[in-house]
Amino acid sequence: MGVVTMDERLQLAVNAALERFAASVQEFRGEVTLIVPAESIVELMRTLRDEFGFDQLVDVTAVDYYPRQTPRFHVVYHIRILAKSIVLCVRVPLDGNAPRLSTVEGIYPGANWYEREVYDMFGITFTGHSDMRRIIMPQDWQGHPLRKDYPLGYEEVQYTFNFDQISVRKPHPKD
Amino acid sequence: MGIEQKLGNLGIVTTNLEQVVNWARTNAMWPMLFGLACCAIEMMAAQASHYDMSRFGMELMRASPRQSDLMIVAGRVSRKMAPVLRQLYDQMPNPKWVIAMGDCASCGGVFNNYAILQGVDEIVPVDVYVAGCPPRPEGLIHGIITLHEKVKQEKFTKWG
Amino acid sequence: MTEIREVSVDELRHLVSERALEGDTMLLNMGPQHPSTHGVLRLLLELDGEIVVSCVPDIGFLHTGVEKNMEAKTYQKAEVMTDRLDYLNPLGNNLTYCLAVEKLCEIDVPPRAQAIRVILAELTRLNSHLLWLGTSGLDLAAMSLFLYCMREREKILDIFEMVSGQRMMTTYIRPGGLWRDVPVEFEDAVIQFIDAFPRELDKYHDLLDTNELFIERTRGISIITRDECVAYGITGPILRASGMAYDLRKALPYSGYEQYDFNIPTRTEGDIYARYAVRMDEMAESLKIIRQALNKLPFGPVRSNKRKFVPPPRSEIGTSMEALIHHFKLWTEGFSAPPGSVYVATESPRGELGVFLESDGGPKPYRVHFRTPTFANLQIMPILTRGHFVADVVAAIGSIDIVLGDADR
Repeated sequence: MGVVTMDERLQLAVNAALERFAASVQEFRGEVTLIVPAESIVELMRTLRDEFGFDQLVDVTAVDYYPRQTPRFHVVYHIRILAKSIVLCVRVPLDGNAPRLSTVEGIYPGANWYEREVYDMFGITFTGHSDMRRIIMPQDWQGHPLRKDYPLGYEEVQYTFNFDQISVRKPHPKD
Repeated sequence: MGIEQKLGNLGIVTTNLEQVVNWARTNAMWPMLFGLACCAIEMMAAQASHYDMSRFGMELMRASPRQSDLMIVAGRVSRKMAPVLRQLYDQMPNPKWVIAMGDCASCGGVFNNYAILQGVDEIVPVDVYVAGCPPRPEGLIHGIITLHEKVKQEKFTKWG
Repeated sequence: MTEIREVSVDELRHLVSERALEGDTMLLNMGPQHPSTHGVLRLLLELDGEIVVSCVPDIGFLHTGVEKNMEAKTYQKAEVMTDRLDYLNPLGNNLTYCLAVEKLCEIDVPPRAQAIRVILAELTRLNSHLLWLGTSGLDLAAMSLFLYCMREREKILDIFEMVSGQRMMTTYIRPGGLWRDVPVEFEDAVIQFIDAFPRELDKYHDLLDTNELFIERTRGISIITRDECVAYGITGPILRASGMAYDLRKALPYSGYEQYDFNIPTRTEGDIYARYAVRMDEMAESLKIIRQALNKLPFGPVRSNKRKFVPPPRSEIGTSMEALIHHFKLWTEGFSAPPGSVYVATESPRGELGVFLESDGGPKPYRVHFRTPTFANLQIMPILTRGHFVADVVAAIGSIDIVLGDADR
């Protein structure tokens, strides 16, 4: 399993983030996580890529902490130094009412579709993105499915005792 | 069967129209390529040499709906794909049949949520349901043979 | 239920060039149902005659809502859904999810289970590459190759069925080890397969390597450079065919891969032929790994002993009270994972498959996110197809080896 020790490169990067960008650091099961405020994410990413060599963006995703409203979302970035396989996790806490965040597409072009997916599933808008549309759900879908207050939408299972009641409510084709 | 019992081997066969038409339909039923997900892999395995489907007349899989008469819905149908499936079904000329292959096409399968249609029979009328996740190729062939038997029993009144 | 919407060019104004808006170039829809798109992928091609000016991929036709559905089930029950994401690599998906759960809950895995996991993961890689070879060959009109590859796959699927009872969606790899021990015929069946396979692989090399038509269609087409790959987050055979020797089995080894000796095949051209050659060489390397793992297969248990997380073997339930209680609690409530988040990545046949698992201390995963290789790899479709013919689009899709269940989750 990928055990990430606090390599010197990583330690330098973490220290720089702590000093310059008002971040805080956590460690769990060998993985290092930086928590930064939303304003400094673009600058932090640019510094990490240019000065410390984190050249590949692995993943952008989000977590919803409803019913807690502040912060309600955490946008999670995973970046990596390819040559040394060091992974760093960066989290940005966001408020629940109108979550907006600047895009990192200018720094890592691969973030394009990831941010579209986060917009689609959570409703977090990325300002400055070149193509902010839904990617996985149909274009006219209402709601953001992965939020915790969006229902799972499951159908009640039909047994013999409730077969007819459910059959009436299920859609059937015309021919 | 009629005259040849009385007159011996004359080189003619008598039958009725329904049997001839149904025989022609079952022996050369062309499926339309509608493999969506994992069941499509088992459908391809059924088409390959180990479990050969061309011995049942399904040599080719036609990608065009205008030239096929059987739609094997293999895999889970999401809400984005549902109007596409209905449009393809409408583009197929009569007579047409539908096999719902696998659990996801029959009833929603493992996935009971907002994104998957709970059974493709919500939008198209299905003739045969094949269970399994994914069904073995022999299971699919059994489903096809069941469909053949169903077609062989079709009567005048159902055509047209 | 949504109807089919007529999309006007205005919505796509920012994606297509100005010539499309004037009507100079044609917008063609290579729709969700198409024989060569390897699944339900929709490509909007902007064509100038026969040459592609730009290409807009549209995914989401196989969206299954797995991530949301897994939040409603316990960790054990949710594993069933992981098989069906990348359906050509079911054991690989199981393995990645189980590694994440084991890292989160700190469950150990005995060495025999690790070795068998490696053997099954490599067999799955062979299975996936064979299907890729068959269907890509079918797209480029090498149709008999499809039948040969499916014939080899049947042997691998027979091995899976012997081990777990199911051909494809096995859910055999569970957190803490395996579901049950392999039967006695397993080793002989695998040895028989890997003894016969190199000869078949040579036949496939003979069919395509020096075939002029194949070379015409694949050399110099759809080139992607190493820097573009790194910038877009591409991993897997595409990255290795562009010159960077990066394989997660060597870089961040998991499940005992550090004990085995194998190479990472690399090419520098970055075109379709390079990706084909890399995957063919990977199949040979997989055979080496399987042989080494089989030779060194240790004896011992196949499941961890932590009864709080891993169910006891069925034989103990009849005799021991604690085993019965553990079994009962695991099946009714499930185990509670400590709060925190982990990210684990493995090398799937398509690239890096990662699982981001966050728990809040309960029995159900609070957030599961799959970083799937196909989702990242499909972003480069516009780069691969710019300036090429429509027929090359088909070859390019085949070469990046997409599985739409992976992309849409």
